[in-house]
Amino acid sequence: MAYPQAASSSTTSGSPPTVKVILTETDLQRVVDRIAHQILEKTDGADGTVLLGIPTRGVPLARRLASRIAAFESVDVPVGVLDVTLYRDDLRLKATRAIGPTDLPPGGIDGRRVILVDDVLFSGRTVRAALDALSDLGRPSSVQLAVIVDRGHRELPIRADYVGKNIPTARAEIVKVALAEIDGLDEVKLLGEETK
Amino acid sequence: MIKHLLSAADLDAQHATLVLDTAAELANVSSREVKKLPTLRGRTVVNLFYEDSTRTRISFEAAAKRLSADVINFSAKGSSVSKGESLKDTALTLQAMGADAVVVRHPASGAPHRLASWVDGSVVNAGDGTHEHPTQALLDAYTMRSRLGRVAGLHVAIVGDVLHSRVARSNVLLLTTLGAKVTVIGPPTLIPVDVGPALSPDLRVSYDLDAVLPDVDVVMMLRVQRERMNDSFFPSTREYARRYGLDAARMRRLPEHAIVMHPGPMVRGMEITPEVADSARSTIVEQVANGVSVRMAVLYLLLGGK
Repeated sequence: MAYPQAASSSTTSGSPPTVKVILTETDLQRVVDRIAHQILEKTDGADGTVLLGIPTRGVPLARRLASRIAAFESVDVPVGVLDVTLYRDDLRLKATRAIGPTDLPPGGIDGRRVILVDDVLFSGRTVRAALDALSDLGRPSSVQLAVIVDRGHRELPIRADYVGKNIPTARAEIVKVALAEIDGLDEVKLLGEETK
Repeated sequence: MIKHLLSAADLDAQHATLVLDTAAELANVSSREVKKLPTLRGRTVVNLFYEDSTRTRISFEAAAKRLSADVINFSAKGSSVSKGESLKDTALTLQAMGADAVVVRHPASGAPHRLASWVDGSVVNAGDGTHEHPTQALLDAYTMRSRLGRVAGLHVAIVGDVLHSRVARSNVLLLTTLGAKVTVIGPPTLIPVDVGPALSPDLRVSYDLDAVLPDVDVVMMLRVQRERMNDSFFPSTREYARRYGLDAARMRRLPEHAIVMHPGPMVRGMEITPEVADSARSTIVEQVANGVSVRMAVLYLLLGGK
């Protein structure tokens, strides 16, 4: 579970929540296709590039991006998993979290361009943890960030290089990304009271 | 997660599996170039050792340091304990210094339980008298799982001085929790009366090593703890070695896949011959390496959250 969702889920209030679908299955497909194209464009063919998904939903997203990139230009971009639990700054605020696997592609990340992939960019703290984790694992030539949804409310000076959709939100609202690999369907929803 | 780890019985199957899974992830850190995680930065772990130990103390120290905790080593020798300070006063001193976790080894069974009522931090039992040594049992289970793929359903023989062995007690509790079948084997003088009912209703007892060997997946040899014996429990070292020592001939009676474990320190020529200790079936060195990962997992799960 991405940290922003976990953080905001504790701040739901008593009034009945409204649900708004932001991206449907087709929208999500288009967004992933577009980001794949942007990556190819911005990295000049995705040579020496590694996609690292941040669990939970960043992992299938990274795999989808890699398969779209392979479909468009038949380049095989290595995909890995980067668990950031042990680098979080909020460990002491919550019950102990289970650690997930970290799995780097063969060849590691030294001297390569790493693109971090996550579902939602919110406070930026998950990405901060990911940057710290990366520096313990090697020395990438550069690090970029791809997210499906940027919902604002940054608490750190962090921005994404590839954004699927910018969604203005209130802090108390929840952005819920569902992916077929994990949730059985593809959909992005905004939960919360938008009009009060 | 629980607050203290005093006994292997504190862990149910779910928690024990969580420790082993966490240890498996943390084991990868040991093969990285940067063998350090920032996870427990600013936390203090005190190693309080009233009894000699090399591998357990070093293992806990390495584990705490890899998680960036501050480590204070305290050994009874050269401290105020030799001037007559009690365990309680030492505990209050540690409390005043703000220890987040106390790893304690003590010659008296139950000392960690008393300590847990005096300090606010977590207490980890690193061996108390002839009672328990839960992290050893966890690392043994971890070693079995990494060598044989599972713990549930394995038949584990624990051989030797069961009477004085905290390793045996913790292992019986943890392994039966995880679904393994355990048989303790040794001379009748070194097997506690009613050990089965006391630890686990499924525990089997045997006095005949050769009869059990062909049927086991794991044989765990225990050291004969001479320092705790103020009586003679067997006629001679040679007789003990002949009946309960693991030599090459006995090792050949084991099934093809079976592994040989020893918690260390071992007495070569007594409970195990050098041939067996250095064979490919022996996991003795692996156990030490796994100890660091498992203790990292325990420290993380006790101290990592709120």
